[in-house]
Amino acid sequence: MKKNIKYLAILALGLFACEPEFDNPIDESGTYTSGSADFSTFVAVGNSLTAGFMDGTVFRSGQQNSFPNIMAEQFAFAGGGTFTQPSYDDDVNDSGGFLLAGSPIPGFDTRLVIDASEGGPENLNVMPTMEVSNLQATAYNNMGIPGAKSFHLGFPGYGDIANLAIGAANPYYVRHATSPTATVIGDATSLDPTFFALWIGNNDILAFATSGGTGVDQTGNPNVLSYGFNDITDPGVFAFTYQALIDALTANGAKGIVATLPDVTSIPYFTTVPFNPIPMDAATAAFANNAYMTYNGGLQFAVGNGLLSAAEAAQRAISFSAGQNSVVIIDEDLTDLSGFGIPSLRQTTINDLLVLPSSGIIGTLANQADPTSVIGVGVPLTDNLVLTETEIQLVRTARTAYNTTITTIAAANDLAVVDMAAVLEQLVSGLRTSDGQIYTNNYFDGSSDALSTAVFSLDGVHPNSRGYAIVADEFIRTINEKYGANVPRVTAGYYPGVTVVPTN
Amino acid sequence: MKKLLLVLTMAFSASVMYAGGYRVGVQGHKQLAMGHTGVAVVTSAESAFFNPAGLVYLDGELNVSVGAAVILSNTTYQNREFGYSAESDNPIGTPFYAYGSYKINDWLSAGLAVYTPYGSRVTWPTDWEGSHLVNDIELSAVFVQPTLSIKLTDNFSIGGGPIYVTGAVNFNRNLSRSLTDEAGNRSNVTVDASGINAWGYTIGAMFRPTEDIILGFNYRSKIEMEVERGDGTADFENLPAALAPGFADGDFTSSLPLPAELTFGASYEVSDKWLVAFDYTRTFWDAYESLDVQFFNDAGLSRNPRNYKNSSIYKIGAQYVATQKVTVRGGFYYDESPTRDGFFAPETPRPDSVNFTAGFTYNLNSRWAIDASVLYVHSSETENSYDSFVEAGQAISFGGDYKSNAFVAGIGVSYKL
Repeated sequence: MKKNIKYLAILALGLFACEPEFDNPIDESGTYTSGSADFSTFVAVGNSLTAGFMDGTVFRSGQQNSFPNIMAEQFAFAGGGTFTQPSYDDDVNDSGGFLLAGSPIPGFDTRLVIDASEGGPENLNVMPTMEVSNLQATAYNNMGIPGAKSFHLGFPGYGDIANLAIGAANPYYVRHATSPTATVIGDATSLDPTFFALWIGNNDILAFATSGGTGVDQTGNPNVLSYGFNDITDPGVFAFTYQALIDALTANGAKGIVATLPDVTSIPYFTTVPFNPIPMDAATAAFANNAYMTYNGGLQFAVGNGLLSAAEAAQRAISFSAGQNSVVIIDEDLTDLSGFGIPSLRQTTINDLLVLPSSGIIGTLANQADPTSVIGVGVPLTDNLVLTETEIQLVRTARTAYNTTITTIAAANDLAVVDMAAVLEQLVSGLRTSDGQIYTNNYFDGSSDALSTAVFSLDGVHPNSRGYAIVADEFIRTINEKYGANVPRVTAGYYPGVTVVPTN
Repeated sequence: MKKLLLVLTMAFSASVMYAGGYRVGVQGHKQLAMGHTGVAVVTSAESAFFNPAGLVYLDGELNVSVGAAVILSNTTYQNREFGYSAESDNPIGTPFYAYGSYKINDWLSAGLAVYTPYGSRVTWPTDWEGSHLVNDIELSAVFVQPTLSIKLTDNFSIGGGPIYVTGAVNFNRNLSRSLTDEAGNRSNVTVDASGINAWGYTIGAMFRPTEDIILGFNYRSKIEMEVERGDGTADFENLPAALAPGFADGDFTSSLPLPAELTFGASYEVSDKWLVAFDYTRTFWDAYESLDVQFFNDAGLSRNPRNYKNSSIYKIGAQYVATQKVTVRGGFYYDESPTRDGFFAPETPRPDSVNFTAGFTYNLNSRWAIDASVLYVHSSETENSYDSFVEAGQAISFGGDYKSNAFVAGIGVSYKL
């Protein structure tokens, strides 16, 4: 009998050893493939979107969810190799923001968080810890440089710390440029990529747009050294630069993916504040109208003297009524009547875009002692807070030209093109992922639902981690299609969204 | 000896079943070894569970059977589209039973049964892709059943008794798919309650048309396990500081049905040595509509539709008296899953299963015997999903391929006076 028990035990062990095995386990080799692509050395080149910039900066934990890093995690299923990113180990507070010689660099603040006690976004109230002069001098697989325009990528000295003072260098690149004269594209190609992603050109128009169109449209001017930061890059320069970037990246036969540039009306920075955000009752409207009687009369005077068309006078006439009202703005594209003491004012229309920062300004008092100095009513909103219809058209014209360049050059080099313009367009009406969730381009509205569904970060321009997961998924979907690859997709729902702190 | 081994091997290559949902079918080693048949079998005090009407037919004045088993279960999960894979590392389950029956006179026996027919232990890797549904769960329930068995005629008897249940639950899941504290730790909740009590009953009947044939019937009522306010605790962990005040630890209310079960079957004594038995069990799982947990903070009401359907178990078993000392048994059962497509929740990942059982009794002497049984539960690979998790007003699907198996081995003793 003892013997039998032994046999029984052996039988039992034999059965127990049968852990449930799938008929086709996904960890079996051959489940995921790279198709005709080779992901062993993946290099991503671009700007803030590639760097994992969100909430106004790049911070340590956010960078982990840069879209190329998410892609690389999925590429690992299909022959992908190590993917390195610029070191943020020195971001001790996980706050982002830069110091130079121990002092914070203006414009490179800590990340935005929602302060629950105030109900709005604020820079995280801690001291940045990353010292730009601690040079890493390393080429990384993630060569996304926040703020870079197309032509910056081939610009020697863009990573030279000595150039920071004159505004010709970028602290993000300074931190890891392999030498003071290195270029971003040179550092990228030094890694000898087998596969690349290139998403560049956003800042060539976006800087103009986010500045409320305060820059200059440089179309026709190829001299980039004469450009201001808020200018629109000449489409000829863009095309020339883009060709050079693709030539460099494909020099060793690498395949890759490029992305188109989305429209400004796809991002909450321009869509959150409505054109008519000012509520008024009839009495207030009448009072406000009274204050503009002189201005409106002046317009009629100008029409009578042939200085102004009747149409423009109608466009410029200021009028409030009970209900939601448009904002009074300064519009430099109006006929200049300042010589007659008539300012260039009009009210916004549905075709103008008020930028996100205007939400904290419209309705406040320009002069605390003067209750009639309400900004947007008694005091006009400044030009930098509104992207006017005319300015939008400049941005769109340039964007269309850039996108034509991108798709044409990609086609000529047989590269995959992910139409991020179309993807972000979908967010306007709602993008449904395969798990059933619907994501929009709405700015975080403070609701508990938005904790799970916001895909744009608090800067209103860049996606948050969840949004970058959607971006990575679209890149992968396109790569699978173009190269016959089978790389696993990404579920955006598992990625974090907004950071809310109780007080700041 | 060789012959015995052959019988055992054959028993293994035949097939038996376990049970769907959170049912744990390990209520006696003699009967489990026979494919968990028993509603029409009179062998031991195990009848107190399988059919109380059978106790009165037992030989001897006093019959006692006690035993315990270990359950080793595994479930693997994968999702091809997203490259997810996970394997549950379930703690060992330990169902047990203790049955006693005393013959008061020729037509009346009284007994007491203690057994654990429901339970579940599933532990997924913490923060796995399905962690918004479950990280780990442990359910247990002990049934205590005083029993009477009455012989109405020489070939017809009835039996039954009230059932007192005491149960416990411990369940942890993440609050959402993405919420974390400031350090990136996932926000989660653990509900814990024990000493949850409820009452039910069991009734049975047995008919012996001939010396060799027994027909049996047994019904066990539904028992609703209700967690009332103050019975348990809800422990919220890793919330971001801005949300933590709204998610204070507290208590919760919930209820979980232990569904009614109806079994009928027959046994046939082929010869002095051979006995075969067939049972059909219908489990009224439609009682399990939704697992609702009411919290008394910002978490509010957590509604988790289950929408189970009634399911059947088809069992067959045989026993062979090999020698005077040794009786060997084998069996098979097929167990339908009560889960509908789109309601496959990873906290009870049970698809349809085929189940193989085997076991033996070794008689130490005329009074004492050792009973042992093993059960192997095999489920074929299933592709399914749970589509009722609500996030920001949208129903979110979580699915993939699941495959599970379980192995049960147990030992017990029987005493007959």
